[in-house]
Amino acid sequence: MTTLQLKNIVKRYKTNTVLDNLSLEVAEGETLVLFGPSGAGKTVLLRLVAGVIDPDEGQILIGGDDVSDIDAEHRGIGMAFQNFALFPHMSAFDNIASPLTATGSTKDAISAGVQKVAKLLKIDHVLTHHPKALSNGQKQRTALARALAGSPPLLLLDDPLRNVDAKLRFEMRLELPRLLAAQGATVVYVTQDYKEAMALGDRIAVMSQGRIRQIGTPEDIYNAPADIEIARLFGDPTINLLDVVPKSGPDGVYVELSNVKVALPGMPASVVGKTCVIGLRPEAIAFTDAGAAGGIPVTVEAETPLNEKTVTLVLTARGREILVSRPAGTPGPVSGPARIAVDGHAAFLFDKESGALIPSAATPMTRNGEAA
Amino acid sequence: METTSTLEKILRLIALTLVVIFFMFPIFWIFLMSFQTNETILAIPPSVIFTPTLSNYAALITGKLTTAAGTLDIAFMRNLMNSIFLSVTSVAIALVLGVPAAYAFARHKFKGSEDIAFTLLSFRFAPPLLVLLPLTQYFQWLGLADTYFGLIWVYQLICLPLILWIVRGYFEDISADVEYAYRIAGHSWFATFRKIALPLAGPGIAAAGLLAFIFAWNNFVFALVLASADKQPVTVGALAFVTSSGIQYGQIASAIVLSVTPTLALALYAQRYLVEGLSLGAVKG
Repeated sequence: MTTLQLKNIVKRYKTNTVLDNLSLEVAEGETLVLFGPSGAGKTVLLRLVAGVIDPDEGQILIGGDDVSDIDAEHRGIGMAFQNFALFPHMSAFDNIASPLTATGSTKDAISAGVQKVAKLLKIDHVLTHHPKALSNGQKQRTALARALAGSPPLLLLDDPLRNVDAKLRFEMRLELPRLLAAQGATVVYVTQDYKEAMALGDRIAVMSQGRIRQIGTPEDIYNAPADIEIARLFGDPTINLLDVVPKSGPDGVYVELSNVKVALPGMPASVVGKTCVIGLRPEAIAFTDAGAAGGIPVTVEAETPLNEKTVTLVLTARGREILVSRPAGTPGPVSGPARIAVDGHAAFLFDKESGALIPSAATPMTRNGEAA
Repeated sequence: METTSTLEKILRLIALTLVVIFFMFPIFWIFLMSFQTNETILAIPPSVIFTPTLSNYAALITGKLTTAAGTLDIAFMRNLMNSIFLSVTSVAIALVLGVPAAYAFARHKFKGSEDIAFTLLSFRFAPPLLVLLPLTQYFQWLGLADTYFGLIWVYQLICLPLILWIVRGYFEDISADVEYAYRIAGHSWFATFRKIALPLAGPGIAAAGLLAFIFAWNNFVFALVLASADKQPVTVGALAFVTSSGIQYGQIASAIVLSVTPTLALALYAQRYLVEGLSLGAVKG
């Protein structure tokens, strides 16, 4: 276990700034997920920490010590790569053993270490195979085993589930938190999959264009996305985003959807008259009875049953598409006209121009003030 | 392709046969000549039916050439040894120098690295004759003319650029992540070079080494100008068969057969690696 601190890191490739004055802290034993689209600089960040490339500016501290003069092999890091990066000319055993041979352990100690981690990852039966003879899932587990074998205090996992099939990814998503907890290491985990981020992260740092846009617990980010982009990235099905102009009434701020008032409790009066985007999670919308007050008339277009929920696509009177989600097995309209009710407490309001979240008294504010 | 008619097949076979005969016949004829005396070789019309003799090979190996004008000493076996020594040493040195250099050029982009790599390649642009005169001048000045050391040095002009540029490509084809992974696992850069980069570029290094060996073996002009009789390789030594009493075709032929044998054996042995090595780079690109 150790801490990791990045201070004002800048990395440029020619004129292209990949990391732009980025600062970050990871606590001892914490799993921090770096989440963001490709090209956000996540992988570059991991490589800087690993020490295989150097930052142009800024400081990296591992366990409180500046590591800028410490070579990659002495940083005490375990790393798994997105493309596995297994040594093609070595058996799975030798691949996993590589962090142990470097420390000059005895043959027996190496063998015991490899067996232990291989059992943990259920690949002890393929240790004699070369990477060419391994399935994708076994390759991925071998790469992970190699990263874990040396029991490094700091683990860097670069999208290790990217190149495995959906079933395996689901399995590993369940297995990994237990595995990482057992290691007790400080973990930086890179992913582009929001479900992975939510499942694995103690905290999530959302990156884009070389900066951290928001950092917080998975709940923070889900419940108070700092801007439209983050709201769109987190959540499946995607959040509904509709242009609105909030109005002021006797009961506070409200918006009109198909001429039906939707109250937004806790929203500041300053938003009145501004062009905004309202963000409604599909689960914050429910079908109501035809007679109920405050229902918005819609037409049901299509229904997609997912495992645990049913997602319905509906059209408003103005032809705007809205996704409504409900737990699987609950009744709901299949076609034709219907009415929906919106939970104003669960609605987000974003400034249309800047995309930033307009804080409301009803939504918990994100912990990190630097959100753009 | 699937509708290849019989006619097409026959035509293709004829075309292939013609090509093979065109290229292989001279070699085949040399092989036959090496077992004939000068008289049967020069007989008109030439015949493929003759009494084979080993006299040519015997003359080469004993170093005594008996002609109408008397007995001549020939240094063919010494030439052959020179060839082997010069080629093997040159390629070994070029590998020791060139492989780490290729790795440096592949992995570290330092200031001027491209320029240096290109300069090394440019040694192969100029025809050897162009550099030969100044080279001879200052080799004599430095006392390097007519030494094995000097010859091996000049042979680096042939071997080093070849090895550097071919092997560099192989190193570049190795995923940098694989090397990073080994370093992060706690190994030094040198261990990474030895345990990861070298084995993975192995076929490429073997291919480059073989090509360099062939080029070094076949070199003629450098050795012709810079070496005297006792240090000449076979390529130059073959000139000795043009004697005052005529050209010794039989001996020339057997000398050629003998001098081709080492490279041929090496090429056949390394063929598997060579093909694998050369095609690996091509497909991966």
